[in-house]
Amino acid sequence: MKIYGVAVLSACFIAGQLIGEALGIFFHFDGNIGGVGFGMLLLIVLGDWIKKKKWLDTESESGIHFWSGMYIPVVIAMSSTQNVKAALSGGWVALVVGVFATLLCFSLIPLLSRLQQRTDPSL
Amino acid sequence: MDFVLKLFAKNELIVAFLVVGLIMLVSVFISQKLLRNKIPGAAVAITLGLVLAYFGGKKGIADIPLFAGLAFFGGSMMRDFSIVSTAMGASLSEIKKTGWVGVISLFIGIAVAFFVGGSIGYFMGYTDIKSVATIGAGACTFIVGPVTGAALGASSDIIAISIAIGVIKTVIVTILTPLIAKRIGLNNPQTAMIYGGLMGTTSGVAAGLAATDPKLVPYGALTATFYTGLACLLCPSVYYFILSFFI
Repeated sequence: MKIYGVAVLSACFIAGQLIGEALGIFFHFDGNIGGVGFGMLLLIVLGDWIKKKKWLDTESESGIHFWSGMYIPVVIAMSSTQNVKAALSGGWVALVVGVFATLLCFSLIPLLSRLQQRTDPSL
Repeated sequence: MDFVLKLFAKNELIVAFLVVGLIMLVSVFISQKLLRNKIPGAAVAITLGLVLAYFGGKKGIADIPLFAGLAFFGGSMMRDFSIVSTAMGASLSEIKKTGWVGVISLFIGIAVAFFVGGSIGYFMGYTDIKSVATIGAGACTFIVGPVTGAALGASSDIIAISIAIGVIKTVIVTILTPLIAKRIGLNNPQTAMIYGGLMGTTSGVAAGLAATDPKLVPYGALTATFYTGLACLLCPSVYYFILSFFI
């Protein structure tokens, strides 16, 4: 049943959020630290394990796949609800800082990925 | 007419599904017929979303009652839930392969954004340390800016600028990623994780990767989701302390 898959996804999501909140309290930071990341790690590990044990059939798994298919639509809805006007009205400082700092980060990607390849034990 | 609007307001989430479906339909048409598949449909749709947002207010187009459901559909709960769902099928061995470089990319990404962003702000006339730190934090993400600004007691116009910087970053990352993915070698899980750690804006990273290659979304999103939390910790403390040696 599809709801089984959705329930597994929800369990991972909530557990991840709880870990993130707990970390936030621990570090005296008003917010959630990596809750989504922990949720993803849980789903990767749990999903793998459940597949091996064959606890979820394809039908149940499709409940999770539906939500990953909804991902792009959610992002479209999100981008249409951003405060774009404020971003453009921030003036030159906002534009210059935003553009330069971002481009610099982009330019570091090939550098770090070369570093990663060099340390890759499988190569 | 009145009863139609009332009906739409009562079923706002369903209306949002319909609206996003229509945006997607138009975008795929533009992508295939006008752009000859050079820019993927998802990238066109996300850009179109941003253009639409310009005609709204604080919450983008959701400020118009007819489109209010989009705020829920694209809100943090749905966003985080669907991001987590993309992890199904991500491979643990690919993540392990990236290893410590993924973690390092987080620290470097935050440091570069904070210090470079802050320096530019400094040379553009914002010379007091609180403003420099807040502007630098804004160059991380639009959440880190206000969090840092509030922690340090920066003025509200500086905080507004820091939010604007973060939003501009998200917009640039969203639009630029699919365009330059080939040139920076962004076509494998390892590079996607490094990219997520360096850029940090979860929405930008996820949207950019979705438009580039949906298979890469979970890897980039995984590192990016640690960015904001880590940056909120580092910017007002360690990095601010380092900054105080220079100003």
